[in-house]
Amino acid sequence: MRDIAERITLSFQTFKTHRMRSFLTTLGIIIGVTTVIAILSLIEGLNRSVAEQVRSIGSDLIFVQKFTWVSTGHRDLEKLASRPDLTPDDAEALTMLPAVEIAIPDVDTRITILKYRDNEVTNPTVVGSDENYSYVNNHFVESGRDFSRDDILHRRKVGIVGSYLATNLFPDESPVGKELMVEGHRIKVIGVFREKGSFLGQSMDNFILIPYPTHEKMFPRNTRSIYSRVYGGYSIDVKPVEGKIEQAKDEVTELMRRRHGLGFDEENDFEMNTQQVLMDLYSNITRVGFVAIVAIAAISLVVGGIGIMNIMLVSVAERTREIGIRKAVGASNQTILFQFLTESVILALIGGIIGIGIGLVSGSLHQSVYSSASIQPVVLLP
Amino acid sequence: MKENNAICRAVDIRKTYWRGRVSVDALRGVTVQIKRNDYVSIMGPSGSGKSTLVHILSCLDPPTSGEYYFEDTLVSQYTDLELAQIRNKYVGFVFQNFSLLPRSTALDNVALPLVYGHVRKKEKIAKAQDILKKIGLGDRMHHRPNEMSGGECQRVAIARALVNDPRIIFADEPTGNLDSVTGSEIMELFDKLVEEGNTIVLVTHDANVASHASRIVKLKDGRIDDA
Repeated sequence: MRDIAERITLSFQTFKTHRMRSFLTTLGIIIGVTTVIAILSLIEGLNRSVAEQVRSIGSDLIFVQKFTWVSTGHRDLEKLASRPDLTPDDAEALTMLPAVEIAIPDVDTRITILKYRDNEVTNPTVVGSDENYSYVNNHFVESGRDFSRDDILHRRKVGIVGSYLATNLFPDESPVGKELMVEGHRIKVIGVFREKGSFLGQSMDNFILIPYPTHEKMFPRNTRSIYSRVYGGYSIDVKPVEGKIEQAKDEVTELMRRRHGLGFDEENDFEMNTQQVLMDLYSNITRVGFVAIVAIAAISLVVGGIGIMNIMLVSVAERTREIGIRKAVGASNQTILFQFLTESVILALIGGIIGIGIGLVSGSLHQSVYSSASIQPVVLLP
Repeated sequence: MKENNAICRAVDIRKTYWRGRVSVDALRGVTVQIKRNDYVSIMGPSGSGKSTLVHILSCLDPPTSGEYYFEDTLVSQYTDLELAQIRNKYVGFVFQNFSLLPRSTALDNVALPLVYGHVRKKEKIAKAQDILKKIGLGDRMHHRPNEMSGGECQRVAIARALVNDPRIIFADEPTGNLDSVTGSEIMELFDKLVEEGNTIVLVTHDANVASHASRIVKLKDGRIDDA
């Protein structure tokens, strides 16, 4: 023990007498470790922020649609268009399944502009759904009221606005009770949703929710446009019973096949999209890149290590006189060897600790940049 | 019972170096004895093997063959570690080029042997200070070698050789890098140390320096030159 303490003291004496050399030696390790830690925490932060955003769409929903979100290769639009539309009746039927808590119809139409007096927002989405939309999609009515069953059944011209739309169209007043002209139809605002933030660079609060029968009347399907026939129809948002997502998928498949009258040798004429698909796509796209980045960072660490090795090698040559003196006054070869090793280890340790410190600090700085600014789209949803 | 009161007793010492594939016989059978309170000077032209002999006598190197007794202990087969301990406890060195650590203070340089002797810090500093004061360098303790004159450097080196109360001091051309006035001051210091009971071995080819010693051993071609 005393030997080790003595060697450490000796090492620090050397560092004190060779300040510049010790600093430069450590620098390589500092840079290497900093890079590795910063990049790892950066990637970690990016992954976490993407996962959080994906989760914020709504937890563990299954979206039954005519098309798949993620497909490899060519999309046969004609084939997709010829598939039967999904309907609010499908939603009602799926709700009956044991592993399904609730299923709702959901149709989105993007319009170019929405105005109220002097204010306007561009590209808002008009969502058509029912009174359970806010529950299924994790929205919360902050002021005013949510839909009632009657609003849906009587095809009322009422709407609930997202927070982005509310603050931009009604900067100084409450939107509740005001009337909006949506594509030539008068819609009365009855509620405002709480802010949800952005997903993949797009605000999730730039929308107005109206009852789906009202939506159907306002936006008749353009049956001549193949895009409208594929993407324009209803999606059924299925919220499975907690923890039963796989069972729900099986039941949904079974029921939908029956409702579409498919024979057992025919393939599905619908798709089930989940957020997991998005997460998988994200990690597939980024994994290789991340590994490469970390490998490059690791190289800088190796270079730092070689730096220490070089300096130690050179300093052994440069310090032969010193070694001679120390041997004459009673140091054995072993003592000298251990002294050099101790010096290297301490330098590497100090460099490593400083590097971890700087790396963590800079990593957390990067992360705060992420959370304040939204990341650019990685996946383009159709 | 110490035989003949000898500190060093070398019997038919041989040393062969290998320079690549060529062997060099530096010592070809040297028998020599150094007694307590001896003042010996080893003389000889360069290449005569006097440095090699001193390296063996001072336990820096083991001989290739022959027997070497240090304080009546056979040390010619000792390991590097064991030799290091003997050097640390019983041997003091003074070199021609002072051989001080250039970035360390006089005090640290003098205390260096005590570092390897596992002496407590307080005791270490106290001892080094005592020796420096005794040798007249009390006001130079915190100076580095480049802030001192050659004579002062050599006196620091002598202080370092004395700090562990050695049985024997080896001085290799101690005046070689000094002017004649400073050189004779250093020699007077050695004379005084012998008077105080120390044992000193001088290596030199300067007859003036050698004349301080009470006994001269002459080496030639790796053998003792009795002529």
